[in-house]
Amino acid sequence: MLEIKNLHANVEGTEILKGINLTVNAGEIHAIMGPNGSGKSTLAKVIAGHPAYEVTEGEVLFEGQNILELDPEERARLGLFLAFQYPVEVPGVSNSTFLRQAYNTIQEAQGKEDLDPLEFDDYVHEKLKLVDMDPELLKRSVNAGFSGGEKKRNEILQMAVLNPKMSILDETDSGLDIDALREVANGINKIADENKGVIVVTHYQRLLNYIIPDFVHVMVKGRILKSGDKELALELEERGYDWIDEELQVNGEAK
Amino acid sequence: MSDTQTIDKVVKQPYKYGFVTDIEYDEFPKGLNEDIIRAISEIKNEPEFMLNFRLKAFRQWEKMKEPHHWAKLSYPPIDYQDIIYFSRPKTQPKKDSLDEVDPKLLETYEKLGIPLSEQKMLSGVAVDAVFDSVSIATTFKEKLADAGVIFCSISEAIQKHPELVEKYLGMAVPYNDNFFASLNSAVFSDGSFCYVPKDTISPMELSTYFRINNQNSGQFERTLIIAEENSYVSYLEGCTAPQFDNNQLHAAVVELITMDNAEIKYSTVQNWYSGDEQGKGGVYNFVTKRGLAKGNNSKISWTQVETGSAITWKYPSVILKGDNSTGEFYSVALTNNKQQADTGTKMLHLGKNTRSTIISKGISAGESNNSYRGLVRIGPKANNARNYSQCDSMLIGDRCGAHTFPYIESKNNTAQVEHEATTSRVGEDQIFYLQQRGLSEEDAVSMIINGFCKEVFKELPMEFAVEAVKLLGLKLEGSVG
Repeated sequence: MLEIKNLHANVEGTEILKGINLTVNAGEIHAIMGPNGSGKSTLAKVIAGHPAYEVTEGEVLFEGQNILELDPEERARLGLFLAFQYPVEVPGVSNSTFLRQAYNTIQEAQGKEDLDPLEFDDYVHEKLKLVDMDPELLKRSVNAGFSGGEKKRNEILQMAVLNPKMSILDETDSGLDIDALREVANGINKIADENKGVIVVTHYQRLLNYIIPDFVHVMVKGRILKSGDKELALELEERGYDWIDEELQVNGEAK
Repeated sequence: MSDTQTIDKVVKQPYKYGFVTDIEYDEFPKGLNEDIIRAISEIKNEPEFMLNFRLKAFRQWEKMKEPHHWAKLSYPPIDYQDIIYFSRPKTQPKKDSLDEVDPKLLETYEKLGIPLSEQKMLSGVAVDAVFDSVSIATTFKEKLADAGVIFCSISEAIQKHPELVEKYLGMAVPYNDNFFASLNSAVFSDGSFCYVPKDTISPMELSTYFRINNQNSGQFERTLIIAEENSYVSYLEGCTAPQFDNNQLHAAVVELITMDNAEIKYSTVQNWYSGDEQGKGGVYNFVTKRGLAKGNNSKISWTQVETGSAITWKYPSVILKGDNSTGEFYSVALTNNKQQADTGTKMLHLGKNTRSTIISKGISAGESNNSYRGLVRIGPKANNARNYSQCDSMLIGDRCGAHTFPYIESKNNTAQVEHEATTSRVGEDQIFYLQQRGLSEEDAVSMIINGFCKEVFKELPMEFAVEAVKLLGLKLEGSVG
């Protein structure tokens, strides 16, 4: 479903991604782990099309189409979703208005039916249950005055509402206490199915106790240095990240 | 399409209302002197009190200097002798029949989306169409007359209701109030007049649609609205102008007067031509708007959406004279490219228990400068007066400026005055977030701006609110990123 080939990207002239290769098939959950500054969040933003990053080499294919030339909204309309590490506030715009406009825009782009406010209200209330979110938050301005946990829940609510084929969750676990983490993870598990791909970007292993990844990749200094299954995540939890870098340096693979 | 292409396309999108109507004018020679004033009054067949009012104002104006020192504005000096002070379309319509109106003028209003012919009129809104300072048609006059509401051009009011005009003209804005108000008092050519009698709720919204067309004439309209005891009227004002390379001076005066328990709600969507990206051309909008809440429990509410003009310089104000009277000011001022705006309000609390609310939203983009300037003055007798002011600024890009100048003077220690101010910036990340949810860049900007201005937009009548949202979106397209 998503195929990343030799992806290089710069921000303000500094190369952050130095040749990423990754394939995610439908039904798979991939975890990308790595120390701070390894380029995990950059990878998420580059896939989604953030304008601050310049892709210098490589391809990102989504269902066979190279999406690097597409605007962020065009990628979103194809069914690509990014749950933000730092969700943005939009004061004065109610969460429900925002959700409905986003939903209808994507539905229309995909040639599907849009929903009027009443129909949408029913639809969104179903989705609220998935993330166990207070319906009152629909009336409030988008993320404005939300706690850290509410913001993250709101991201997953958007994922549930927009029903994307491919979701990238950027540090969705950060800022969540353990109960909230479990609820949010349960929500993600309910949304994910055999037709969807998920990439979970995280610094810590704890989220992966609830969302069981099929693959775990370790990213260091802009490269994926090691891939494995969920056991790798546990090993990282125990040993930290340094050994991977060292192991590769001993083998002469890293520069 | 790449980002740059989209932005280019949108930025180069011409001002939608920039066309010129090709029409012949009766006009006076350029320049201003006492003979011109006498001639204006004569051609309009005015009663003597009007000529005297004009002459008094002119003599005062001659002694005054254009204020240049305090507003945060910069522009070359205006040559007041290089302006035509009276100009009107050659074919003069009989005011009671649209058949006599030059079809070119009707077409102009069609094009602006303001149909004046009976079949196509906007239902529920009576329109006074003012073209180059001359009222060319007023719709729904009969229906309003049935309710006792007088709605006509001020020229017609001077002829038909001179006693009302003489009594109220200059009551809120005296002839010697300020440089531009005195100039207007001396030379105003037309404008709208509205009188709502006692115990009357106007059966429909009233509106004036101002259109500048002549390149070399100044625009000096005068609007006077009076709401008698227990009456209510909601009034809308819209403005557009063609695209010219030189600047047109627009110095209007609007006066509102409310008696006991009366309310006037005045809404403006100002979209005069604002000049090109280099700042060439555009209207100088130097307007005096003031309401006198004369009666007890009366209310005056100003809502403005200021998007056009090269320079906007105006402070719709309320004199809270009656006890328990209320003044409100809701404003969105948007500047882009090289536009400048210095706008705000004055709330002058004279009566007891008077209340005022000020909500100002300034949006600056491009290389523009946007200032809020407001005065809240509590007089010695204004026991328990209250004011709440909120001034929010939003910056788009890093070459524009936003400034806030709140002045507070209180001479009564029972008064409570609150002021809040914020500044925020529309960032790439905010836009990207919304784009990631499928919204186009234009929709994303429009959603952010709409949210920012929500408290003001909710004060606008429905159709105006929709128009205002679209207008802001259009003005800002391509200015982000």
